Amino acid sequence: MHKMTLAQISQGLAKKSFSSLELTQHYLARIHKLDKTFNSFITVTEEKALAQAKKADLQRANNQAGPLTGVPIAHKDLFCTQGVKTSCGSKMLDNFIAPYSATLVLQMEAAGMVMLGKVNMDEFAMGSSNENSFYGPVRNPWDNQRVPGGSSGGSAAVIAARLAPASTGTDTGGSIRQPAALCGITGLKPTYGRVSRYGMVAFASSLDQAGPFAQSAQDCALLLQAMAGFDAKDSTSVNIAVPDYAAQLNQPLTGKTIGIPKEYFEQGLDKAVESRVQAAIEIFKKCGAQIKEVSLPSSPLSIGVYYVVASAECSSNLSRFDGVRYGHRCDNPRDLEDLYKRSRSEGFGDEVKRRIMVGTHVLSTGYYDAYYLKAQKVRKLICEDFKRVFTEVDFLLGPTTPTPAFKIGEKSSDPVSMYLSDIYTIATNLAGLPGMSIPAGFVDGLPVGIQLTGKHFDESTLLNAAHLYQQETDWHQQIPASCKE
Amino acid sequence: MPLQRHEVEKIAHLARLSLAEQEIPFYASNLSNILKLVAEINKAETDHILPLAHPLEDLTQRLREDKVTEVDQRELFQSIAPLTEAGLYLVPKVIE
Repeated sequence: MHKMTLAQISQGLAKKSFSSLELTQHYLARIHKLDKTFNSFITVTEEKALAQAKKADLQRANNQAGPLTGVPIAHKDLFCTQGVKTSCGSKMLDNFIAPYSATLVLQMEAAGMVMLGKVNMDEFAMGSSNENSFYGPVRNPWDNQRVPGGSSGGSAAVIAARLAPASTGTDTGGSIRQPAALCGITGLKPTYGRVSRYGMVAFASSLDQAGPFAQSAQDCALLLQAMAGFDAKDSTSVNIAVPDYAAQLNQPLTGKTIGIPKEYFEQGLDKAVESRVQAAIEIFKKCGAQIKEVSLPSSPLSIGVYYVVASAECSSNLSRFDGVRYGHRCDNPRDLEDLYKRSRSEGFGDEVKRRIMVGTHVLSTGYYDAYYLKAQKVRKLICEDFKRVFTEVDFLLGPTTPTPAFKIGEKSSDPVSMYLSDIYTIATNLAGLPGMSIPAGFVDGLPVGIQLTGKHFDESTLLNAAHLYQQETDWHQQIPASCKE
Repeated sequence: MPLQRHEVEKIAHLARLSLAEQEIPFYASNLSNILKLVAEINKAETDHILPLAHPLEDLTQRLREDKVTEVDQRELFQSIAPLTEAGLYLVPKVIE
């Protein structure tokens, strides 16, 4: 059953070839059997899952089922889930039982989906390898010695290992697309404001966005359909009509122009990865699309801008963790300052402390103009680049990451080299654009992803192009050898 | 220029983090490397550029009506607090 895509599972449930209970039991058994190796789950919500599966089967029997009714899903552990631990991969929230559920979690519940559990991530979504988790690193199902990417490493690994047919993640600088690429699966970062962030623990509020992971673009279309839309509880939510994503999947690409940003083929792109991207370009040509080289001259500055803006926003957002209202509190504080300082220092890991300190520095008196204001101006230039190229092309195509998955420990001692692994994904967040990563082949047995970047609120075109590509290729159907049975 | 010890101590204090003595050189070196990476942005000419205000250019932050929409859930929220008494969050004494 686990080899099926979400769309196939949905059909199977509709035809009553199997029940949601059977399906859920199958995935739970796989998690118990295989996840000791991958460490992708922080919490498995077995009882809740079985109860939701029975409810879904009842809805199905009463003809009240939608396409997602009874389909299992795993949530990144930064979406609040009422009554269930929501740790954010941090010691700070190891004891945090969320008192309410995120809008996204409620939407998935309302669609009838079955929550299998909460999955591992870099602490507070800061990282590109899932090595910054209080619960230990996640291992890449394609090679246990390598990282799955991050920060949504658990979300990507569960799809690759077929421990769940769907998962949720968040993307602040590439945290959906980069792990999707390194794990050989499909991940979508929607437009800023497209999916509600209510109940999603905040990292960098001008960049964060939630989105789906699954095997295919068709699956992601079904998931996005249930996630997208206006939420009065999220002040950044945008009230724009949600199109029928599945209905657009088979539109021909004839007449569409794909931009290839030349800057994405510089900056240390692995030659073997580049050849996979070139092969993908040929497929899109075969599908009828025109190819045009374009330039995003300010994009090489996106990493610098990102580490000012994201750090500044994180230092502000994470100031709420003070040991007073919830989360970790130190023993025997001498005074209030000691309570704050020790609770925070004991609760946060190294990378989170680094980013809080960088953010505090760039916002402090005397440095604000030189760092934060300058970064917001360069960010404007990066947005202008995209605006200009989108008058000439329908979407952009390039590599998702410069290399395939790296080894656990390889970059963990050097934060800057880790930051460079997000070189192609960050600009998309700075400009609030939608982006996708889809599997495009293998290099030395490790998956390679290509990234599609679209116009604001044009997820349809990305899903459409990705779906047509997946009709011509079978990279997204590949399963790691240890996870086939 | 690499950050000096006293600068790292000041930043940590502003961020309400306490660093152990032996951690300071480690963070000083990490933060200096990150600020060096960030300094790349100075290559861009931005004299006549207005800073970005919202990622979706034409939009501004939505305002809502000023009315009470939340119900009182103090007991629920305090059930996960480290230390409370009579409906209040307890912290070490602030005023002698």
